[in-house]
Amino acid sequence: MVNIKINNIACQAPEGSTILEAARMAGIKIPTLCYLKEINAIGACRICVVEVKGARSLVASCVHPISEGMEIFTNSPTVLESRKMTLQLLLSTHDRKCLSCVRSGKCELQTLCHELGVDDEIAYEGENPEFEIDTSSIHMYRDNNKCINCRRCVAACEKTQGIGVIGANERGFATFIGSPFDMGLAETACVSCGQCIAVCPTGALAENDNTAEVWEALSDPEKVVIVQTAPAVRASLGEAFGYDIGTNVEGKMVAALRRLGFDKVFDTNFGADLTIMEEANEFLERFQGGGTLPMITSCSPGWVRFCEAYFPNLIPNLSSCKSPQQMFGAVTKTYYAEKMGIDPENIVTVSVMPCTAKKFELCRDGQCAVPDIQDVDISITTRELARMIDKAGLMFKELPNEGYDNPLGNYTGAGAIFGATGGVMEAALRTAVEKLTGETLKKLDFEEVRGTKGIKTASYTIDGTTIKIAVASGLANARKLLEKVSSGEEKYHFIEIMACEGGCVNGGGQIIQPADVRNNIDLRAERAKVLYNIDSASKIRKSHENPDIIELYNNYLGKPGSHRAHEILHTCYCESHLYK
Amino acid sequence: MALKQSAIPFAGTAEQEELLMAVIEKHKGEAGGLMPVLHEAQEIYGYLPIEVQNKIASELNIPLEKVYGVVSFYSQFSINPKGKYKVSVCLGTACYVKGAGNLYEKLKQKLGVEDGGITDDGKFSLEACRCIGACGLAPVLTVNDEVYGRLTEKDLDTILAKYKD
Ligand code: SF4
Ligand code: SF4
Ligand code: SF4
Ligand code: FES
Repeated sequence: MVNIKINNIACQAPEGSTILEAARMAGIKIPTLCYLKEINAIGACRICVVEVKGARSLVASCVHPISEGMEIFTNSPTVLESRKMTLQLLLSTHDRKCLSCVRSGKCELQTLCHELGVDDEIAYEGENPEFEIDTSSIHMYRDNNKCINCRRCVAACEKTQGIGVIGANERGFATFIGSPFDMGLAETACVSCGQCIAVCPTGALAENDNTAEVWEALSDPEKVVIVQTAPAVRASLGEAFGYDIGTNVEGKMVAALRRLGFDKVFDTNFGADLTIMEEANEFLERFQGGGTLPMITSCSPGWVRFCEAYFPNLIPNLSSCKSPQQMFGAVTKTYYAEKMGIDPENIVTVSVMPCTAKKFELCRDGQCAVPDIQDVDISITTRELARMIDKAGLMFKELPNEGYDNPLGNYTGAGAIFGATGGVMEAALRTAVEKLTGETLKKLDFEEVRGTKGIKTASYTIDGTTIKIAVASGLANARKLLEKVSSGEEKYHFIEIMACEGGCVNGGGQIIQPADVRNNIDLRAERAKVLYNIDSASKIRKSHENPDIIELYNNYLGKPGSHRAHEILHTCYCESHLYK
Repeated sequence: MALKQSAIPFAGTAEQEELLMAVIEKHKGEAGGLMPVLHEAQEIYGYLPIEVQNKIASELNIPLEKVYGVVSFYSQFSINPKGKYKVSVCLGTACYVKGAGNLYEKLKQKLGVEDGGITDDGKFSLEACRCIGACGLAPVLTVNDEVYGRLTEKDLDTILAKYKD
């Protein structure tokens, strides 16, 4: 322990702590902008400066370590003046349109200006570069006019995701965040994960908002508008309405969707159960029939795109199963449409997803169970749903808890855990092992694949045969694992990959938490708890025991892997030659 | 988003690629190896087009943006080839106060190119340069080795017209 004094009060902190961390332990929050724990300690923005007795100038607390006897002042007039000036300089080139900004109210820059009393936004009026907004990609836009060059997005893309299609271009005053040769994101091998959006402190990065299309469908009396909600959405949506991180708001979310006017409120968890039926079957077919192994899951469209661009050698290993979002959509346009006697042309299937890549996935080739009709029509993120709820004036906290509609709203615990890293593997194992042995599993919890570790491996011996599995989340972790798989250094039978660290619960479409929260709370673990609690409280915890899934097979699909199942629930992939 | 690269097709030869590979091999794994690779690559090709940067990125196993970020940071690197006629406008202090900045902007418009760009037919490339020591003639520009001084906006068309073919 190191003895220091902060604002004249003696305290202690572990050796190696930065001033920022030590202050936090002493209950003092020093403002930050560029700092992100583990991935972006670059000391660039200088908003976190403090005075250290004896030091010649102010120091950046996010990178400066404490030392014995250090005396630190976090709020002296010099410090406050410096922070204020930093903000004023940032504002001098900033497109200050808070009124219409998607981040207003949750913007870290705006909050800081407010907290520090920056009342003169044009203290330094200077040359103002104007940037073209990059609207090239389907899932998001980049507006450098609102960028403060903190490089948090660059760190997320490069370090967390191991991709690096954005970075700092040019130098000095002209510096901006962009892609090589100023190409639009769509021309790069960006995988649409949205992690850059999730870490951006301002309104410079945002998902493309598709809520207008949803409102339009809802107001069209001709259309039957169906909504499906991904497992992870209920674990984050509450954060937008003042609930603690890690609160399950499923019941209120369903009530809200009904009040927004959706004709049917269904659950992607049903789609997840269906995915497990097909995926477990595909795995056993490959495993027993000498097919390509390891089989790798294909539910995460960011990962699928990553595979197509960065590991084309592994395309044959990707499961041919569509993702739960798409399987669900396919079922609405076929089975459900027939059952209810509705023309699939008149069904609008909307998905609420923790993910920005889902916007991209729904317009991929090979995602139309009914020719020329998209399986899913519109995909919105958890954030967009929160915006719709606000716009409709629904008082979320006051809403009753309601249940999903049937039959496509019925799910098992296995479907629920799809939203966390390891969940798909666990759900698949529950079904595959029972199918393989013909016996009922005594223990349904596969603890080895749970938890937020980036790469998890395990092997299970079932009736004398060993199945080796691996689970990775976050594409930088996936890359590490797959390099070993590609080189033959490590061998597995079954691999689960999710593009975002911790899985969908930490997806790029979830409610955004500011850096201060991200740096101090493990969002992945807190939100994942919601899903595991749903699972452990479920009466039915295996996909193949979902009665509505059984009915779907009995009345429509036949068996998993049947011809009809292949027609509507499976897809294919192809190598992409984009700039990496 | 407009791709920031000239329309001149890349015409690298097998010999050039061999030289580049040797350079990459030499600096692979070296900390800070990217800088010398870029320098030598520019020697080999005369400029650093996307094809060359892509090659370097994939051989060094780093994202293309990492390479481009460095290339765009240093003004000594060029992503466009030089034209048949290389127009350089001096933006040294003496020329600048006599309006070279304005001339430079006008030339960009006339040629339809950006800073360091090249016309689609490959004829003219345009760049700004530091003081060339002809301050008495300010503002000054050069076309290849030819120096033109005491320029006004009116002179630009006449000068460009001289290099019709
Ligand atoms: S990014 Fe923040 S400060 Fe800038 S306009 Fe949006 S809300 Fe306002
Ligand atoms: S969406 Fe993902 S891959 Fe694309 S730029 Fe953002 S972080 Fe990088
Ligand atoms: S886009 Fe956002 S995260 Fe990226 S540098 Fe700009 S402000 Fe920071
Ligand atoms: S320099 Fe410390 S937060 Fe930016």
